[in-house]
Amino acid sequence: MRGRFAPYLLIAPSVLFLGALFLLPLVQTIALAFQEGSAPGFGLGNFARMADDLNFQDAVRNTFRIVLIVVPLQLSLALVMALMLGHLRRGRDIVLWIWSIPLGISDLAAGLVWLALLNDRGFLNSGLFRLGLIAAPQSYLTYETPGALLGAIVLAELWRATAIVLVIIVAGLQLIPKEYGEAASVFGASPWSIFRRITLPLLKPSIQTALILRTVLAFEMFGIVLALGGRNIPVLVSEAYNWQYANQDYGVAAAYAVVVMALSLAATLVYLRVLRPARGQMP
Amino acid sequence: MTVRRGIFLSGVVVLCAWTLVPIWLLAIGAVSGRAGVSAWPKSLFPSSAGLDVLAAFLRIDEVWRATLTSVEVALMCMAICLALGAPAGYALARYSFRGATTYRLLILLTRAFPVGILALPLTVGFIRLGLYDTAFGVALMHAALALPFAVLVSASLFQAIPRELEEAAWVFGCSRLRAFTRVVLPIALPGIAATAIFAFVISWNEVFAASVLTVRHRTLAAYLLAVLSESPLHVQFAGGFVLIVPAILFIFLVRRHLFSMWGIANR
Repeated sequence: MRGRFAPYLLIAPSVLFLGALFLLPLVQTIALAFQEGSAPGFGLGNFARMADDLNFQDAVRNTFRIVLIVVPLQLSLALVMALMLGHLRRGRDIVLWIWSIPLGISDLAAGLVWLALLNDRGFLNSGLFRLGLIAAPQSYLTYETPGALLGAIVLAELWRATAIVLVIIVAGLQLIPKEYGEAASVFGASPWSIFRRITLPLLKPSIQTALILRTVLAFEMFGIVLALGGRNIPVLVSEAYNWQYANQDYGVAAAYAVVVMALSLAATLVYLRVLRPARGQMP
Repeated sequence: MTVRRGIFLSGVVVLCAWTLVPIWLLAIGAVSGRAGVSAWPKSLFPSSAGLDVLAAFLRIDEVWRATLTSVEVALMCMAICLALGAPAGYALARYSFRGATTYRLLILLTRAFPVGILALPLTVGFIRLGLYDTAFGVALMHAALALPFAVLVSASLFQAIPRELEEAAWVFGCSRLRAFTRVVLPIALPGIAATAIFAFVISWNEVFAASVLTVRHRTLAAYLLAVLSESPLHVQFAGGFVLIVPAILFIFLVRRHLFSMWGIANR
């Protein structure tokens, strides 16, 4: 293998593959969403039917609520955890491993984990009962307790997906030369201002990556919601699933998919714009 | 100072407990069976410790079949990712060529999209091609999810291996291919294994695409999702536990390589 064509031969298979299973379905989804029934021609019929559905507004509202609560909490928690790792003298590797365990746990399994804690006869209620705080099992995950149900999903997401943010932040911290912080502290900077003025700005690219990845995945949230709330709390992707599977209406399902993709893309663009590295700053 | 250190260390311990205790509680739910799940109030330790509940869960015909399907799908996903991802990673690491930036952009673009949801239109095409409701069809979709990660991790792997080693091999008369298989590959092998394991975990955990693309040949995650509303709690917990255990093992195996796959170091 030599010559100018070698790299193209090496990347060609993956390009073809992603073309067939990423770009093509992407175009198909959009085409399907704008199709009018079986007739040729395009229109917004599927979107109109999507918006007329009872669950649509709830799904949008719930998805946004969860994303807006979960993502900032995850970023803050991950920053705290990453800084704590830096101050550990011994056992850093084992602690990092424990904290990154949820990385391997699927959202469905995470939902089931928190179902074990939060169901009527679960461990939370048992604990509260033992402490004498409640007299009988309480329900948190029903239609009548939307606030608690939302809280449960936020908790489960926080538990499951903070790890991915943590790993990205830790990887980013390793790229920042130690000398910067040391120099600043020689000149009398407090740990807080070192964090604010040096660590945080240099960490921007990692924070950007983490936020993009997390927000996209949070819009895609599915198994965790179904495991905890069943059909009590609709979100965008679970609605797409219902339209595709229960109603066999591929057009409306595709319309939901387009909404999710548009939101993900918009979030990505916002992050790219807001968190771009300042001019003249080291990459 | 020591008080502050104490507060700090207890914070670390609390966060470890926050990660581990829920898994422990699910494990109790998984092994304590129907009686244990309805017990009130619960204790933090299993009352009738026994793995017979888990064993019974795995003896359910469909569960066993779904688990096998999951493994089958994940292995195929892994193979596809390695076969397509490692060469592309090598190209990114070793050659500078026109279009490299565009290619990188394509890889990063997949991250700005919820790829799993693209399974929706694939249903129609897969039915036509006879791939619907097959393990191979799901594996293809999962590979599309995992391939960008495989490319990025292997690119950073190959970048970390000094070019001089390869060049020395060429000087001694090795062809490019031979230098790769004899010199680069042995060094990169542990990292490539980690890439493979990561692809396996992505596939093992994926539930949306697997649910959409199958009816009868469900993966374990898709099967659990499908029977979620009609199965008793202890079965759900057992299922969750079976889903989690391999994931934890695999994260342990790839812990060294968790950092290279986010495209931070190499962009």
